[in-house]
Amino acid sequence: MIFTIARKELRMLFCSPLAWVLLTVVQILLTWVFLGRLDAFLQVQPQLMQIANPPGFTEIIVSPVFGLAAILLLMIIPLLTMRQLAEERKNHTLTLLISAPISVAEIVIGKFLGLMFFLLGVIVLTVVLSASLLVGGTLDFGLLISGAAGLFLMVCCFVALGLYVSSLTAQPVIAAVGVLGVLMGFWVIDLVASDYEEWMQVVSIFRHFEQFNNGLVDTFSIAYFILFTTLFLLLTIRHLDGERLHG
Amino acid sequence: MDWNVFHVGGITMNDQTERFTLSAEHLRRHYGRHKAVNDITLQLKKGEVLGLLGPNGAGKTTTLRMITGNLAPSAGSIKICGTDLLDNPRRAKAHLGYLPEMPPLYLDMTVDEYLQFVARLHHVEKQRISLMLENSKKRCGLSDRGKQLIGTLSKGLQQRVGIAQAIIHEPDIIILDEPTVGLDPNQMREIRGLIHDLRKSCSIILSTHLLSEVESVCDRVYIMHEGQIVLNKTLLDLKQGEVDLETVFSQLTQRAQKTH
Repeated sequence: MIFTIARKELRMLFCSPLAWVLLTVVQILLTWVFLGRLDAFLQVQPQLMQIANPPGFTEIIVSPVFGLAAILLLMIIPLLTMRQLAEERKNHTLTLLISAPISVAEIVIGKFLGLMFFLLGVIVLTVVLSASLLVGGTLDFGLLISGAAGLFLMVCCFVALGLYVSSLTAQPVIAAVGVLGVLMGFWVIDLVASDYEEWMQVVSIFRHFEQFNNGLVDTFSIAYFILFTTLFLLLTIRHLDGERLHG
Repeated sequence: MDWNVFHVGGITMNDQTERFTLSAEHLRRHYGRHKAVNDITLQLKKGEVLGLLGPNGAGKTTTLRMITGNLAPSAGSIKICGTDLLDNPRRAKAHLGYLPEMPPLYLDMTVDEYLQFVARLHHVEKQRISLMLENSKKRCGLSDRGKQLIGTLSKGLQQRVGIAQAIIHEPDIIILDEPTVGLDPNQMREIRGLIHDLRKSCSIILSTHLLSEVESVCDRVYIMHEGQIVLNKTLLDLKQGEVDLETVFSQLTQRAQKTH
């Protein structure tokens, strides 16, 4: 039943031009940065040869590409999540889902999975882009995998937060602006978080992602991502259930 | 499906479920201090078409939203085919087909895609989906519209898709909230014909504010006013008493207004 919802979400996404436009734009921007970094790498390569234990392809090219992918996802996820519950409510289709013999939890998790399948596509494309470097050398697969895992976990957080904000309103645009604002807030926290203020580092989604992107798989970061996602999924379910009681 | 009913309630309960496919008792619903629905009891017999009549704002839609699990009642109990809606919503809702006031349509989907999705939502087995899809389309006169986007259909056809959505899983109870609003007289007649056809296999609750609609299709009429049921009679009784539905309706709903 969860997959029925997920499948419907995916189908609706690919019916509209939005999904295709987003995929294209993300891919163009990533490739641009990728080629730029590749060019820079080739220029400094002679100097790098003189250092003992020099940084390779992966550190110099792949990590920045993943960093940019994180920022791009921050911007496109609000556009994807805004439709989920706010639009269902606006078009009165939420009634259909709620009157059907499925639970609110199944609806929310189905929507979450549908979006995750789509965004997994974005992540896979980023990884494939990076893997194209294999033509000219070898990659640090450990770093590549940890970066991709970080990206995936971070996207889970973004989507869960987006679903929650989308459940609060019947106006998709308000939902989008709301999520974007909150995510930008997290970004700013990351920018201003100095090394002395520990709580900011703990809260910042991006700080946790950077650790993954530097090849540091920390159980604390994993726990943070999982807790964040679960919390907002639960809040969404609770809010929709509460609407039945109070609305 | 009905095993548990048998186990738990024994013979008496099973008797009752046979008489009433849906029974809502002492339902109340407040919005803040406003009482939208105030202690109503509504019972639907098997194979009966029940007309829920009332002026705008009488609490019809609130009642239907409670019966379909979209709104939790402030007090009261709802039993659908012997299953308590509040205790076991999934099982109870499986017996329902619901067309809300605003048909819940995904305008970006084709008619076929949409109806297939609804069928899957209602746990229809895979092999039966295409058969039931054809059936419901045929009943609602949508057979040649399957590939069309719902957004491009006319209002009347969209309304029919809404009805097809409510009947595709062959529910025991169909709940239609003002199904003929905004339709032209021909389309209204078609939908009434469809209701006549449906009553052979299931029970129907029809909310409306058109008296003629009740007279032409319903067996029993409930008149609601200000959150309460002010009349509960079969149409046969009304006819035998030689009372005109319109007179009763205006008497009940206006008299109550004066005392208010």
